[in-house]
Amino acid sequence: MYRYDKYDQAIVDARVEEFRDQARRRLAGQLTDDQFKPLRLKNGLYLQLHAYMLRVAIPYGTLDSRQMRMLGHIARKYDRGYGHFTTRQNLQYNWIKLEEAGDILADLATVEMHAIQTSGESIRNLSSDQYAGAAADEVCDPRPWAELIRQATTFHPEFSYLPRKFKIAVTAANEDRAAIRLHDIGLKLVKNDDGELGFEVYIGGGMGRTPFVAPLIRPFLPADHLFSYIEAALRVWNRNGRRDNIHKQRIKILVHDLGQEEFTRQVEAEWQEILKNGSDVPRAEFDRIAAYFEPPAFETGLSDDIDRSDPDFALWVDHNVKAHKAPGYAIVNISLKPVGGIPGDATAEQIDLMAGLGEKYSFDELRVTHAQNIVLPHVRKADLYALWQVLDENGLATANLDLISDIIACPGLDYCSLANARSIPVAQKIATRFADLGRQRELGELKLKISGCINACGHHHAGHIGILGVDKKGTENYQLLLGGSGAEDASLGKITGPGFNEDGIVDAVERVTDKYLAVREDGERFLDTYRRVGFEPFKEAIYG
Amino acid sequence: MGDLKGNAHVAVPQGLRFRDDDPAEEPAVTLDAFLDQSNSSAVRLEAGEDARRLLPHLDHIALIEIDFPRFRDGRGYSSAQILREAGYTGELRATGDVLVDQIDHMRRCGFDGFAPDKPIDATVLAASLNRYRYRYQTAADGAVPVWKLRHG
Repeated sequence: MYRYDKYDQAIVDARVEEFRDQARRRLAGQLTDDQFKPLRLKNGLYLQLHAYMLRVAIPYGTLDSRQMRMLGHIARKYDRGYGHFTTRQNLQYNWIKLEEAGDILADLATVEMHAIQTSGESIRNLSSDQYAGAAADEVCDPRPWAELIRQATTFHPEFSYLPRKFKIAVTAANEDRAAIRLHDIGLKLVKNDDGELGFEVYIGGGMGRTPFVAPLIRPFLPADHLFSYIEAALRVWNRNGRRDNIHKQRIKILVHDLGQEEFTRQVEAEWQEILKNGSDVPRAEFDRIAAYFEPPAFETGLSDDIDRSDPDFALWVDHNVKAHKAPGYAIVNISLKPVGGIPGDATAEQIDLMAGLGEKYSFDELRVTHAQNIVLPHVRKADLYALWQVLDENGLATANLDLISDIIACPGLDYCSLANARSIPVAQKIATRFADLGRQRELGELKLKISGCINACGHHHAGHIGILGVDKKGTENYQLLLGGSGAEDASLGKITGPGFNEDGIVDAVERVTDKYLAVREDGERFLDTYRRVGFEPFKEAIYG
Repeated sequence: MGDLKGNAHVAVPQGLRFRDDDPAEEPAVTLDAFLDQSNSSAVRLEAGEDARRLLPHLDHIALIEIDFPRFRDGRGYSSAQILREAGYTGELRATGDVLVDQIDHMRRCGFDGFAPDKPIDATVLAASLNRYRYRYQTAADGAVPVWKLRHG
């Protein structure tokens, strides 16, 4: 894992002081609310329905037990004893006082954490594959590149006030667990025919009101030029992106308006200019960063056998434990989706517990997933049963990874000032309707994603089944979408038709799953069946 | 941090002009007017105007004003950076809705004159300009990026 040196620490410490000063001037009336808003947003502080919300950056979703414990400490000391893991692998607190925000940042800085650029019209904290460094199917660990970009995009002066937010995701595996093609820039590490490392560069994806799957803008970017190429794309957008309508200011709109070919031409031309600046981070610095991500000292000669005599444990292994590249090790997913719970929420006690388990069983490493779960990336198979027992005693062993109750949901109208409808109760009702794990397993992989408004923080466009909450003449109404995917086969869901009330949407989901069970062929996931038979049979099942 | 090289202390000058030569005396003309009558030495760029149209003329320009209609309109940062990258050495003056919390990054992009609509608190600005001793990336201010400091 990356560790700060004196320079990183000095920059984060300076940011704490800067934000304290800005908050002080706001509280003293020297900054208007309009002037303060972009400043606090650049530091992850939103004003929500009931209080300030603070979003803490967890760069590319990786953290150690010391950092995880700090998240628990902050939840207890400054919030109401819990936090919410987000779809961008961050953590947010819902009940923050402006007066205490500076103290929280100071606490975070003691464990090499911050809230820099977690919101606002800035280059956001970037996301990556939660199995990075552990997955068998990756070209190499993508996180050194992610860390390099984290640093290079932190306080980038030219991009101080971009037209809108800007999200980057990087992966190095064929299975896309980071939804890269639904980002402003999606990066996939590949090797060319000469064995050289580079990136496939996708630009202009996104969800929100106008979703797009990003086109491939450059099939092979030499890895050493990653940063200058990102700068070129940002500059083209910063200069030419719309600024007259907040809903049309993301880079995806510029890519769409110019067309892929013209956008690519402009970025390539700008890149030739930017290359003259020598802004690319040199290989020696990459090597310095990469040294922090050397694989841990895996034991050799371990057995791959797992004692499956406890049936509940065996079920959990089947669903929540994934293949690791080192013999004798496994990747463990801790579900934060118990039936009836709030997707992605964890109490301070659970956060502490997971920190301890990461320390004891996973080389002191934890990951946050974009599906709002936690991963222990490097667990000895011999330790799985002991680990599972602790998780099970603490309500953290729900064996539902990628099943219908492993729901992604935004905070919705329970917290969010942008929302039109509540997301959490719908997630809870669906999880309760399908509470029988046997039934969930029968349905197989089924990614259900709920957003409480068109901004799509709950990724409804990318759900195999998506739900979008809207406001219909003052009442909450839910539209159903089918056929989305955020994986390597990225696609956008299609709205089925008229929406439903809260109970109606649960019934509609059940009619969809019943139809799937009736028409699926051997080995098909829901998404496969949908793609084979098309939209109509499901529409008919829903609306009769 | 005394053992680490970084940016030197900056004082806030009178008139927010961070250069020693005499200010241009002519008023800045619009981009179109400038391109029509190339004997002018001061020009004003609006937020959406293409700074690259000035590149053939940089050697006889003493002042380029770049306007910020709203402080959240960040196009002027790229304009400034492009002009400095092209070798422009005259004054780059930020005008309009320029606030104290934006000036540090504007300085990094090469602005060395400021004519804000509303007065700037010099104490807050001094603190702001001296807060970050280290920078993660190269820019028009010539600051040595951290990656270079790390490797001598």
